Amino acid sequence: MSIQYKPAVHFNHVNYSAGDTHILKEITGSFPEGKIITLVGPSGAGKTTLLKLCNGLLSPDTGEIYVKDKPIDNIEPVELRRLVGMALQSAPMISGTVYDNLNLPLELQGKKLPEQDALAWLHDVGLEEQLISRNVKDLSGGQRQKVSIARTLVNKPEVLLLDEITSSLDRTSLKEIEELIVKINRKYGTTIIWITHNLQQAMEIGDYTWVMMAGEVIETGESELLVNPANDKVKRFVRGEAG
Amino acid sequence: MSYFTLSLTLIFVLIPLVLSKTFNLGLERDTLVATIRSIIQLLAVGYVLKFVFESDSLIYIFLMVTLMIVAATHNAQKKGAAIRGIVAKVAATLVFVEVLTQSILIGFNITPPTAQYIIPISGMVIGNSMVLSILFLNRFTAEVETHQDQTELILSLGGTPKQAIHRQLIQSIKASMIPTIESQKTVGLVQLPGMMSGQIIAGADPIQAVQFQLLIMFLLLTTAAVTSILLGFLSYPTLFNKRMQLMKS
Ligand SMILES: Nc1ncnc2c1ncn2[C@@H]1O[C@H](COP(=O)(O)OP(=O)(O)O)[C@@H](O)[C@H]1O
Ligand SMILES: [Mg+2]
Repeated sequence: MSIQYKPAVHFNHVNYSAGDTHILKEITGSFPEGKIITLVGPSGAGKTTLLKLCNGLLSPDTGEIYVKDKPIDNIEPVELRRLVGMALQSAPMISGTVYDNLNLPLELQGKKLPEQDALAWLHDVGLEEQLISRNVKDLSGGQRQKVSIARTLVNKPEVLLLDEITSSLDRTSLKEIEELIVKINRKYGTTIIWITHNLQQAMEIGDYTWVMMAGEVIETGESELLVNPANDKVKRFVRGEAG
Repeated sequence: MSYFTLSLTLIFVLIPLVLSKTFNLGLERDTLVATIRSIIQLLAVGYVLKFVFESDSLIYIFLMVTLMIVAATHNAQKKGAAIRGIVAKVAATLVFVEVLTQSILIGFNITPPTAQYIIPISGMVIGNSMVLSILFLNRFTAEVETHQDQTELILSLGGTPKQAIHRQLIQSIKASMIPTIESQKTVGLVQLPGMMSGQIIAGADPIQAVQFQLLIMFLLLTTAAVTSILLGFLSYPTLFNKRMQLMKS
């Protein structure tokens, strides 16, 4: 599937365990540059773990990971995490205002985000300007997710990892975020790896989809594969029998 | 006090034993063990101290202080089992606090360099440093666990381990120091500190007893601050590896 594209991230026989649990088994595959790849599978399949391997929050026990054709261990962790940004599932906020959170990536480098830029990011993710001074405690679930995405974007990542960012949202916010992600992909050419348990979303938004189950990638291909899967396990998962 | 008078104080052990039995508290065994241990331990310490004071040799002072540090380290490290090399870190902290406080006391001629001063003051400093270490390690382990998402957030945005753990570290340092500071605010109002009471009972001039108590309290402020901060900065790096990842627990 990825032959005609350069891989942004490539996995080669990757294994990862924690304690006695073999969480990821022999993962091999590529996430093509500039594409949106959706990652689906029942909870506990190892999706979050796979995402954290992409930005070096975790390292594999065996196997290799390449980011933009470089072995991941040859990239400084700080540089890697700015290059491969991640929006965590729980959208954790540091205490303070929306501005404090948008400023966080730069504060970590001893810099400061100009207010004008912060406003532009809010606009980019479809939030009103007056939210900039709002305490994050007073944000709705959807607003939090958007701030979390904008905060990740402040680092201008080339690869964006999204972990179930829409699972707690109502229909309207969900649609807004979907549009936003597609917009980011088109506008900045960002490669997006998106975990979702919403199969409709995985098909509509994704260029490609990986289906994971019990630590293995059981199917990959163009996202339409979910419409009429050939693989029996995938078929059962899509029908809702295994998740 | 004669040994006969001392044995009369066992009345104060008998009362809780009878109460425990009457109300089925099930604390008789523990009370007895605690009583017997405190008798043996304190008497042993008393004779050792008597011997050390009479010889007034630096070697014995050094041995006593070392023993205190070893015992205190053994006690405190249990709370930091999750932190690699915690024994060495706690021991280093206790040694540093002891050397720092004694250097100031002796260097500025605040107290004379004799066993009579060095040993009891070291005991208080090391004992408090041990309690502070335990408070700090308890709190820090809990903070790291509850705020793991904050740590991951900062790492994932390109922060360093130090930046990622900063908030939890500061919270734990503050939380462990607060009891020391708070207890000093009300000292003398509710209860007289043990050391001062002891001195007064033994016949010392109350003002002199107060002066020594103030010295000890100020000393314990330093002990608290230095212990928490030093142990904190020694501990946090072991939670991460070279790739700036949280270690697998
Ligand atoms: N640190 C860990 N220690 C032990 N087991 C873990 C750890 N992290 C994740 N797991 C287990 O690994 C499996 C995959 O987890 P995860 O990657 O979060 O799955 P998903 O995101 O697909 O729900 C789960 O069964 C989870 O319980
Ligand atoms: Mg997950």
